[in-house]
This record gives sequence, C-alpha cells and structure tokens, in this order.
Amino acid sequence: MSYLVRRLEFFVITLWAALTINFILPRIMPGNPAQAMIVRFHGRVSPEAVKAIEVAFGLHSHESIFQQYLEYLRNTLTGNFGTSVTFFPVPVGDVIKQGLPWTLGLVGMATIIAFVLGTLLGMLSAWRRGGFFDAVLPPVFIVISAFPYFWLGLLVLLAFALTLGWFPLGFAYDLTDSINLSWSFVGQVIWHGFLPALTIVVTSIGGWILTMRNTMITTLAEDYVKMARAKGLSPIRIMLMYAGRNAILPNLTGFAMSLGFVISGAILVEIVFNYPGLGFTLLQAVHSEDYALMQTLFLMLTSAVLVAVLAADLLTALLDPRTREQG
Amino acid sequence: MAVRVVTDQVSVETAVVSRRGIAGTIARGLTANRKAMAGLVLFGLFLVVAILAPVIAPYDPHALQFGQMVQPSGAHLLGTTGTGQDIFSQLVFGTRESLLIALAAGLGATVISVVVGVSAAYMGGLWDHILNLFTDVFLVLPTLPLMIIVGTYLNNRGLLVLVAVIVITGWSYGARQLRSQALSLRNREFLEAARARGERSLYIIVFEVLPNMTSLIVAIFFGAALYAVLAAAGLQFIGLGDPNSLSWGTMLYWAQANGALLAGSPVWVLAPGFCIAALGAAFALINYAFDEISNPALRPVRRRK
Repeated sequence: MSYLVRRLEFFVITLWAALTINFILPRIMPGNPAQAMIVRFHGRVSPEAVKAIEVAFGLHSHESIFQQYLEYLRNTLTGNFGTSVTFFPVPVGDVIKQGLPWTLGLVGMATIIAFVLGTLLGMLSAWRRGGFFDAVLPPVFIVISAFPYFWLGLLVLLAFALTLGWFPLGFAYDLTDSINLSWSFVGQVIWHGFLPALTIVVTSIGGWILTMRNTMITTLAEDYVKMARAKGLSPIRIMLMYAGRNAILPNLTGFAMSLGFVISGAILVEIVFNYPGLGFTLLQAVHSEDYALMQTLFLMLTSAVLVAVLAADLLTALLDPRTREQG
Repeated sequence: MAVRVVTDQVSVETAVVSRRGIAGTIARGLTANRKAMAGLVLFGLFLVVAILAPVIAPYDPHALQFGQMVQPSGAHLLGTTGTGQDIFSQLVFGTRESLLIALAAGLGATVISVVVGVSAAYMGGLWDHILNLFTDVFLVLPTLPLMIIVGTYLNNRGLLVLVAVIVITGWSYGARQLRSQALSLRNREFLEAARARGERSLYIIVFEVLPNMTSLIVAIFFGAALYAVLAAAGLQFIGLGDPNSLSWGTMLYWAQANGALLAGSPVWVLAPGFCIAALGAAFALINYAFDEISNPALRPVRRRK
C-alpha cells in the first residue's frame, strides 16, 4: 500500500503548501498591502470589516507569527475565510458557493469530453503509425496548444455569437430568467455553456491525444500485443482491449497532474464569456483588490485539482495491481 | 495556457553525444526535422521584426494623432485603436517586449529546472524524495491564480516582476522531465568510468551528464518559453501587466477594455492574438521536435507495407 501512502503524503503536503503560501504572501510582500488596503477602504466598509482584514493580515496583532499561523489554519479549515470586500458584507465562503457549481460544471464537462475524444484519437493515431491521423493530428494540436485560451474564446465569440448569432454573447443563462430546474432552463444552460466548453475542449484535447499516442506506442511494442496478433484477434479488439486499455491508466494520472493548467485556462475563458464561475469572480476580486476572496479562490482551485489527482491515483491503485505491489 | 502533460516516459538518447558535440546535436536536430525547421523560421522572423522594428513600423506606436478605430486601409494596414494609435506599428514594436519576456522567463525557468531536476536525480535518496515532492507541488498548483495573487500584491507592474512570477510558476514541468532522464543515465558506464577516475560530482554533472541531455534541455527551454508567452499574455490581458508598455498582451487588454469586438473593430483583437499564437506555435514546434530527438520512440515512422 506504500503507493497510496505516498500519494496521500503528496495530497496533504500540497494542500499545506497552498495554505501556507496564502499565509506567507501578504506578510512578506513589500509595501504592506494590507495597510494600503485598509486606508483605501476606510469609510467605505464597516469597522468590523476593517477589523477582519487586520486579523487576516496580522496587523496590530500582539500574537506571535506562529500563533497567527495556527489561528489562520483553524479558521481556514473550519470554512471561515473572512469577508469579501467586493461583495461586502457577504462572507467569502458564500461568494464562492455561488460560482463553484458553474466552474465545476463547465470545466468538468469540457474535461470529460476532451478525455473521451482525445483518448480515442490518440489511440487511432498510434495504431495507424504514419497514417492519416498520425500525420495530421500531432502537428495540428502542437500549433493549437500554442493558442492563448482567451484569444480562442474571443475568436469563437466573434465567429459564432457576433457574426453568425447562433450562440449568446456570454453569461451562463438568460439574465431575465431565474435559476430553476425546468427543461427550458437546462437547455439555456447548455446553449450558453457551449462556446466556453468548446474553447476549453479544443485547447486541452491536444494534450490527451499526444500523451495517449505516446503511451500507446510503448504498449504496442509489448509481447501481449504480439500474442494477440498471433492469435488472430480482430484489429479493433487488439487496439481497444489490449493496447489501448493498458495505455489509458498512465495517461489518466499524467493528465490529472496537469489539470492545474486547464483550470488556469478556464479562468481566462470564463472572463471572456462573462461566465459566472470562479474565474470571473477572481477577476472581480483582482479589480477591487479583494485579497481574502482571491486567496480563498486559489485555495479552492488547488483543492479541486488535488481531489482530481487523488481520484486518478485511487483509480490507478484499484485497477493496476502493479502499483499496489511495487509501491 | 498551453496544456502540458506529465509523463515519466523519457528515455535516454541512444547515442552518447560527445563525439558530435553539443552544437552538432542541436544543428542536426533542427535541420533534420521539418517541424523544427518551420518553428525556427517563424521564430527567426519574429527576431528580425523585433530588431528592425523602427524600420518596419510606419508610425510611432505611441502617437495618438490618427482617427479612432479607423478600419484597415492603405494608410493603416490594420486600422487604428480606440485612442487613435496605428495597430500595425504597435504590433511591430510589441514584438520586442513579448519576445524578451518569453526568452528571459524561458531561460530562468530552464536554469531552475536543470538545477532541481538533475540534483534530485544525482543525489538520490531523501534529497530526491524531497525535491521531487517540491516539484510535484509546484506542478499541481494552479499557476494562473497564484500569479494573479502575487502580481496583485506586488502592485508593481514592471517587466522584471512579470518575468519573475512566470519563472517561479513555470520551472516544475521541466524539472520533472530532467529528473527522469537523469535517473536513467545515472548507472551508465561512462558515468561509472568518470567516478572510477575519481572526478568530483560537480564535474561529472556539468561535463558528463548535462551534455548528454542537451536535446531535452533545449526542448525544455522552448517549452518554458511557450509557457511564458501564454502566461504573460494572460496576465497582461486581465490587466496585471504595465498598461503603458507595448506588448501583444497589453494590446489585447486595451482592445478588450474598449470593447473592440462589439465596437466593430475585430482586427484590434485578432492581430495581437495571432502574433501570440504564431510565436507560441514556433516554440511549441521546436519543443516537440527536440522531444522527438531525445526520445527516438516518438519519431515519425515510414509506413510499413
């Protein structure tokens, strides 16, 4: 089980690192940003909010830095993230609760689509080494991977929303409507989410294709594939059940590790489409220098990536006995 | 942001390069590979534009003397901005800063990757475990939010800060690749021989290990430069760059701030984004070519009949 222990160690340490970065940054930055913020918000927010900022950034505190750290950890782990200055007096936790489902839905759906499509295309391209897919896909996706996510978003917006008028210009649903569970509302959400999801799929699918192709090239050289060929099994069966199946798992773990990049891109896509998720909230926090909100968002996004990585690790341990034995 | 995928499967270059030399490896890699050639030509083109910017650009990029949001014409190849600057001139001069950020941040990130990745592999044991964990932590942290927080706190929108933020968040991927390659080199005979000669560790790393990883290091440099181009563009786009500086990301920021798309001035958005994508593609192509060189299994094959 030492594999799982190692991965849990990684999970805990990364989470701790993210927490600690949040604690240290405001305290080591030059020019005392917290003080500047309090001066700027003086008179605009209530004295309690100023007090909350002082506590969060360790101003006028007589406690030692270590006590502050412990208190910060306790507050964060119990879900007490402070008050947002942007949406005063709404607690940061509540602001995030509004944006989280949109981001999870958008990034989650886009990632699943990119995974299924990308894995299949990568499989095909490795199977027909030197064939059409193999000649065309890698170079095309190398070039697409160099596109800025947000610029592709702007292009798609220009083409399909502004010029053709097929899709809305932004937001997650008609703002005249309220959130409900009717079919028409679900349709609206899909209609509004289509372009942002398309942008994320197109920019992230290349990674899946290329790694799946490269891992599959390795598995295709294995003896069990030769054996399957010698037995005269149908090519489709060898591709999917023998070579492909064994290539998916390393691919999955690898991609889970790079989800942080996908999330970073999705943030910019949300900003382009005014999509009411965490990325858009992050931009609002930047504009009003709302540090509490910004830092909690960083923590939330890190946790989301970590949970995905842990899920991929658990799945690997469950499906691949070698990881359990070797450790 | 480019998608980067993490794999452990980096195999060792088949031949020990000492006979051919480092420069030889690079030159051979570039000329033998069509993707690398395409990337190199694009990259060279941008270099020339950056150097000859005053010659190429028809106007002063900061001059506000023209009409606002003029459509592309003979006088203004790509039209003008919302404040009446010539877009083409801005684009040409913007090449300088965009290229500078990419190369500087790419270099910084590569140096850290080499130091962390190779020392982890070479020292082994607990050090390897700690450095590897450190690398993985930086790999998983979503970099954009982290960059945004650091950028906002610093409240200094200078070039140096931008480069530093990109380097801090961009070194981990390369370190991981270098570590796995250095690990597979560790027990090779020529290193045993060097150890038997009684060479010091530093000598072995610098003169025996690194020359054999040249193509991977070059690949990592261009990968990091690609990351830097995209990260800088993203940060500048949301307003965390110096708004008075002249670069493609800053142009996109002003275009978005002025609602260029809705105002019927799509070129203002299309042109700088296209340049970012083209420079990024150049780096990506060179990066991929050197990945192929350092891992022969990935090279294109002729189809068997």
